[in-house]
Amino acid sequence: MLDFPKWKIWSIWLTIALCFLLAVPNALTPSQLAALPDGFPKGQLPLGLDLRGGSHLMLEATANDVEKAKLDALEDTVRAEMRAAEGGAIAVNDLSINRGQLTFSTDAAKLDQAIGILNKVTAPLGVGAAREVDVSRGSLPGQIVLRPTTAGINAAVDGAMAQAVEVIRKRIDELGTREPTIVRQGRTRIVVQVPGLQDPEALKALLGKTARLEFKLVDTAADPEEVAQGRAPPGSQILPVQEGGQAVVKRRAIITGDQLIDSQVSTDQNGAPAVSFRFDSTGGRRFAQATAENVGKPFAIILDGMIISAPNINEPILGGSGIISGNYTVQSANELAILLRSGKLPVELKVVEERTVGPDLGADSIRAGTIASIVSVLAVSGLMILTYGRFGVYSVIALVINVIMILGIMSAAGFTLTLPGIAGMVLTIGAAVDANVLINERIREEQRKGRGVFASVEIGFRDATRTIWDANSLNIIVAIIMFLFGSGPIKGFAVVLSIGIATSVFTAVTLVRLMASRWLMAARPAALNI
Amino acid sequence: MPLKLVPDNTNIGFVKLRFIAFAFTIALTLGAGVLLGLRGLNLGVDFLGGLTMQVEFQQPPELDTLRERVNQIGVGESALQEFGNPSTILVRLPLPEGDQAAVQRVVAQVRAGLEKDYPGVNFARVESVSGKVSDELITDGLWAVGLSMLFVAVFTWFRFEWYFGVSTVVALVHDVVVTLGFFALTQLEFDLNIVAAVLTIIGYSLNDKVVIDDRIRENLRKYRQMDIKQIIDLSVNETLPRTVMTSVTLLSALVALLILGPEVIFGFTAAMVLGIVVGTYSSIFVSSSLLISLGVKQRAADVSDKRAAGAERIG
Repeated sequence: MLDFPKWKIWSIWLTIALCFLLAVPNALTPSQLAALPDGFPKGQLPLGLDLRGGSHLMLEATANDVEKAKLDALEDTVRAEMRAAEGGAIAVNDLSINRGQLTFSTDAAKLDQAIGILNKVTAPLGVGAAREVDVSRGSLPGQIVLRPTTAGINAAVDGAMAQAVEVIRKRIDELGTREPTIVRQGRTRIVVQVPGLQDPEALKALLGKTARLEFKLVDTAADPEEVAQGRAPPGSQILPVQEGGQAVVKRRAIITGDQLIDSQVSTDQNGAPAVSFRFDSTGGRRFAQATAENVGKPFAIILDGMIISAPNINEPILGGSGIISGNYTVQSANELAILLRSGKLPVELKVVEERTVGPDLGADSIRAGTIASIVSVLAVSGLMILTYGRFGVYSVIALVINVIMILGIMSAAGFTLTLPGIAGMVLTIGAAVDANVLINERIREEQRKGRGVFASVEIGFRDATRTIWDANSLNIIVAIIMFLFGSGPIKGFAVVLSIGIATSVFTAVTLVRLMASRWLMAARPAALNI
Repeated sequence: MPLKLVPDNTNIGFVKLRFIAFAFTIALTLGAGVLLGLRGLNLGVDFLGGLTMQVEFQQPPELDTLRERVNQIGVGESALQEFGNPSTILVRLPLPEGDQAAVQRVVAQVRAGLEKDYPGVNFARVESVSGKVSDELITDGLWAVGLSMLFVAVFTWFRFEWYFGVSTVVALVHDVVVTLGFFALTQLEFDLNIVAAVLTIIGYSLNDKVVIDDRIRENLRKYRQMDIKQIIDLSVNETLPRTVMTSVTLLSALVALLILGPEVIFGFTAAMVLGIVVGTYSSIFVSSSLLISLGVKQRAADVSDKRAAGAERIG
């Protein structure tokens, strides 16, 4: 146990040196860090939001919404394909979206052709890919039913979430916040972490809006009495108006926000804040054409299903740009401009969890945590040295190296240090202390039995090591379970614990043994004062 | 002369004390269980859903007035609590009815309302959790605790003998129930951090028991003729200096965290301190003596000899 071959000694010190190197960036200022040569590890251990302040938001999309969006997109496909069918447009009548499927009727004579076309356009991409939409005949004559398959919905959810992450990133960048973390979690969730944000309400307002912009013609022919009872003419729909009341618009949008390329805050002709927008060239052409065809009629500007304004088209709008005016303040106009610039969310997201810590509280926690940790380490060191003398000093050296190793590994692996993580560190120190207590008590016992110095130390290390392995492998199991099943704080705790158990066994057993054996070999003491 | 917390060569008859210890343990566990049933846990926002806000006021606010103001916002009965100092108040509101986003609307309302009534107010911490997420957090937490216990039982069974597995898990259940009872008694908030604390207590207590079990197995092999009761007494006494030293050292570190540490981890450290005391007690008095009641025999060592031979690691 006490013999250390050269290579073993070297690898022990090399391991420690490496971890020290990984921990070094944490002690440097940013400018010192930048001055380091390439290839030198530069990862600093980031502090969790509970320590430095910031907002943690979990957003969730409902899979139903994605399904509905998929069906809406399918409606556009159906209408476009039927209009463009070979040998003349195929009629699309009584189209409805209900219970997760889209149904419509057409001429019985063209039923087969329609199904053929739809089967072709919804055919899966790639060999062996699952069908995303099933096309079949309905129960009524001339009826066609399109139903997204489970695989199709899953693919749609995946695509929508990936796109949502991108849109969220754009929106947060527009706010000018630094280093946001945006990650998907599970199937329908996105976790957004923004450090150092005082007021998360602005952020939440920005993330909670879908920002689907549509331009639709107002249906002036609708019968007001029918509308009052909530019935819209075929091909039209009733939407709420921002200033109150409701209005009837055509279902089909003449253009949507998808073709926007820019949006800025500006002022309308009365000098009030407004939002200007510009379409890309295709969008601009379509906008020009649609406005030219409908001069004198009102059209509605709709955001997330709410009519913001419904101006009259006085003349064709040819430049591909326009202005939205409503009751905006500079702030709300800016918000809308950001939303339009960064594009619409493919699905509505809701904040289902928020944890915000103000920067002051975070700083207080760090200060209190640091003081407490120093006192803890002093208390532990004092007890160990008082109890075990020289061997106690070895344990304390090992403890300090242990903490530095944990910091080094965590920095390199890109983990975050949270408050529960610090608690985990304290527990790891406990495990390291326990290992040394086990060894030292064992040495004491062997000495009491009258064994010599070398034999006592040898047997002490050997027997205690077995126990230490038993106990710590169990702790690793618990830590892994915590990591797999725990959420948030428990995970942070488990990470530190797993790393810490490994390093504390290494430092408390291997390193202390190395130090003890070097001393024994050099000093050859006749008695141990332990 | 080095410090010794426990004198050399103690010979305390722990086995003889076992019936008193069992009675005490059962009473303690039942007491904790009853407390738990009667008072319940003061579940935090993590498990109940709803919102918690740590609000710092310029001056200590009149609590009744503040409560009235928050209740006027019309989102349900608020619970107020001083947090650390009289100017810092923890405002808690239950899960509002409505969809997943309802909590968020309440957060915005309360923020705006308090900012209007108390200029200069600072929201040091805001946590809001919707109903669905809190349900998941409960399920996750229960899984984590349950699975840890199960794996511990299986591991100790394979590493030692089934007796050891059973006695360890019984003692661990006791530790967990007593800790939960403490939270029912003090009504300290029980949140996700406390679940982490409970898992740590399981880990620590386990450590203690494995050390003693290891020694019992070793002594079973060493003294083949010795009576099992003597062996257990011997093993517990031999490991006593280590058990006490480790616990005292850890407690000294934890007490420092408890007194000086940030307010946020108070519940966590309190749980750990209690857990270490309880875990140490159950290691010394309960789990090893329980082996006798489970009928552990001398030959147990032979079986585990073979098992251990395969699992032994060369240190």
